[in-house]
Amino acid sequence: MLTTIYATAFYAASLLLAVALFRRIWLYAATPAPLKIPTTPAPTTKGGVALRMLREVTLFESLFKANKWIWLFGWIFHMALAVVLLRHLRYFLQPVPTLVALVQPLGVLAGFAMVGALAALWVRRIVVERIRYITGPSDHLMLALLIAIGCSGLAMKYLARTDIVSVKEFFLGLMYFDWRPLPADPALLVHLSLVLTLMVVFPFSKLLHAPGVFFSPSRNQADDSRERRHVPPARLESTPRRA
Amino acid sequence: MAEAKSDFDPKDRGHGDPLELPRLACGAMAESKPYVATSGQQNALGFPGELAPDWHDKAIARLGELVDNSRALRVYLDSCVKCGACTDKCHYFLGTSDPKNMPVARQDLLRKVYRRHFTFAGKYFPWLVGAADLTKDVLEDWYSYFHQCSQCRRCSVYCPYGIDTAEISMAGRDIMDTIGLGQKYSNEIIGKVFNIGNNLGLPPKALRNTLEGLEEEIEEETGVAVKLPLDEKGADILLVTPSADFFASPHMEGLIGYAKVLHEAGVSWTFSTHASEAANFGMFIGSQENMQKVALRIRAAAQDLGVKRLLFGECGHAWRVAYSFLDTLAGPFDFLDKNYPIPQHIIEFTHDMIERGKLKFDKSKNDEYRLTFHDSCNVARASRMGNKPGGQFELPREILRAVCNHYFDMAPETIREQTFCCGGGGGLLTDELMDVRTKGAMPRMRALNDVAEEHGVTHMAAICAICKAQFSKVLPQYGFDREGIVSVHQMVSNAIILTGSKQAEEFERRNLVATAK
Repeated sequence: MLTTIYATAFYAASLLLAVALFRRIWLYAATPAPLKIPTTPAPTTKGGVALRMLREVTLFESLFKANKWIWLFGWIFHMALAVVLLRHLRYFLQPVPTLVALVQPLGVLAGFAMVGALAALWVRRIVVERIRYITGPSDHLMLALLIAIGCSGLAMKYLARTDIVSVKEFFLGLMYFDWRPLPADPALLVHLSLVLTLMVVFPFSKLLHAPGVFFSPSRNQADDSRERRHVPPARLESTPRRA
Repeated sequence: MAEAKSDFDPKDRGHGDPLELPRLACGAMAESKPYVATSGQQNALGFPGELAPDWHDKAIARLGELVDNSRALRVYLDSCVKCGACTDKCHYFLGTSDPKNMPVARQDLLRKVYRRHFTFAGKYFPWLVGAADLTKDVLEDWYSYFHQCSQCRRCSVYCPYGIDTAEISMAGRDIMDTIGLGQKYSNEIIGKVFNIGNNLGLPPKALRNTLEGLEEEIEEETGVAVKLPLDEKGADILLVTPSADFFASPHMEGLIGYAKVLHEAGVSWTFSTHASEAANFGMFIGSQENMQKVALRIRAAAQDLGVKRLLFGECGHAWRVAYSFLDTLAGPFDFLDKNYPIPQHIIEFTHDMIERGKLKFDKSKNDEYRLTFHDSCNVARASRMGNKPGGQFELPREILRAVCNHYFDMAPETIREQTFCCGGGGGLLTDELMDVRTKGAMPRMRALNDVAEEHGVTHMAAICAICKAQFSKVLPQYGFDREGIVSVHQMVSNAIILTGSKQAEEFERRNLVATAK
């Protein structure tokens, strides 16, 4: 019964996440960008833009310029999350790829770093007047959700160890449509329920910044408007050039 | 507004850290609103004359259209995570303490309505995600706070997703225009461009008289017959400049500088009455249609006069429109000479002439000026000069260093890509907004005070008509001389030695005396 509920929930949540996120990304790609609006100084070539974007999503270059504390905690959180996600691949892949195996010892450290950085960001939300002013209920809930996911995950390592081999069998079973029983450990069930929630919330929330950043014209356009004509949508292009 | 004014003493507040964080003062600037456009001014731009009974539905429909037609707007409205990076970056926030002048809060005025009507979470859980209906109060907030954004893009430099509040305030103004709630200042000016050809409403005859007057003035000063041609068919270059250059100080001194440089370069050039305006307030009101209509006048003038090159005078947002949008909105310009940048900035032209050794200067003529340079926001963050990114910062500085002996930069966090707006950009350069303009100038005034104290800086040069006009008004309020703001080409004009001029003779004489000694 428990297995059926979670298995169905994971299928549903995955489908929803994939479809809704794909729709959103498609919408971003399909929406015209009528004018050239890179924030300058900007790279003048496509390669330069790719580099700028790479720096933006790996180093958080703009955020670094803005505020060192937000950058520090935000960057630690995202990098730790990346390591944690990479580490979790071992529950979905058999055999475990070398990279994932190598990351393994870092994983737990990253788990703590992630929760710590999230907590620091939350403290800033409450303590710094300006940030408190712009914070809404969903911003608190998002932090609570991520921290709870991190804590329940860490709890399985340190407080209530779960039968991780069975968990892996459950997920491999999901992927190969050969269901295996899910251990009924409370920490695990809480962890998985929260992850399911995150998957459902993702495409309808501010987490859309993840695909959004790649479509941001101020960052992904090259500064080449004098070298290459940026053709506008028909609405503007069809205006007679002589009145 | 009177009350807000009384507790802000510019002379007192003009000193200190330009980035100093204020305590929040909620609603401090809620009553700062520009005059509303008349129905005549609205209709001239294709907008309804007054707020219609169904304004709400029309506004939502327009918001939907805008989001469907702008990837920037859609991505920006979705992506904000409320990280707070932008909260202390807006000069209007730093100057007014009103939290709704924090970029993210300004965006949220539109974002909350977008969420309510266009997102799942906002439709079904509005309280959770801060979604809200577009009520009359929200509309009032839009009118106040979207007219306290100078679209300077400083916030977009720091946003981890590059969210540009300018795009948001443009959209907000476009929606308000669409439902009949326009801003008098900008819309009246766009109407003047359509009717007369320039923002100031200078008719061709007045323009011709002005230019003739300037020719006489230059000849008197230099002994050289420098021409300022108007509507001269067959000229090689069309110079398009903000109409303020024909009218007021220190703009006009800059114009004289352009004329001297062009004369010395030996090129044939002309102004146009049809395109006697470089500014394009269509951008400020977020109306691409109106912006295109204004831009097409330049194309028409270039074709009618048969010019081969397009040159732009000192104007910040005009250079953004020219550099970034002109080819898109009014191009392709395949009838122009591709050996030159299309379009080219007068700074690029002068810089190029200096590099090629075509211009001679007597720097001592500017010795009474101890200069700094104010990077204008649209030049700094929305365009480029020269071949390399950042040329927009280097070229004007290199010109200033070539024409004067005393040049000092302001604090690094207040110049170049981090430059602070003058406080009057984006369609805010109108008297009824003087309060927010004065407060918004505070970070720049503090940075200026620092170099005035440290290096004895006496003058600030700029390459934007709005900056010049704004600083002429706010400098005295902060205890500076009204004439502390100068054009870059005014400095060029002071120092340039025209071939065969009185200055050339004098320079030769001085050199002879010096060598004899």
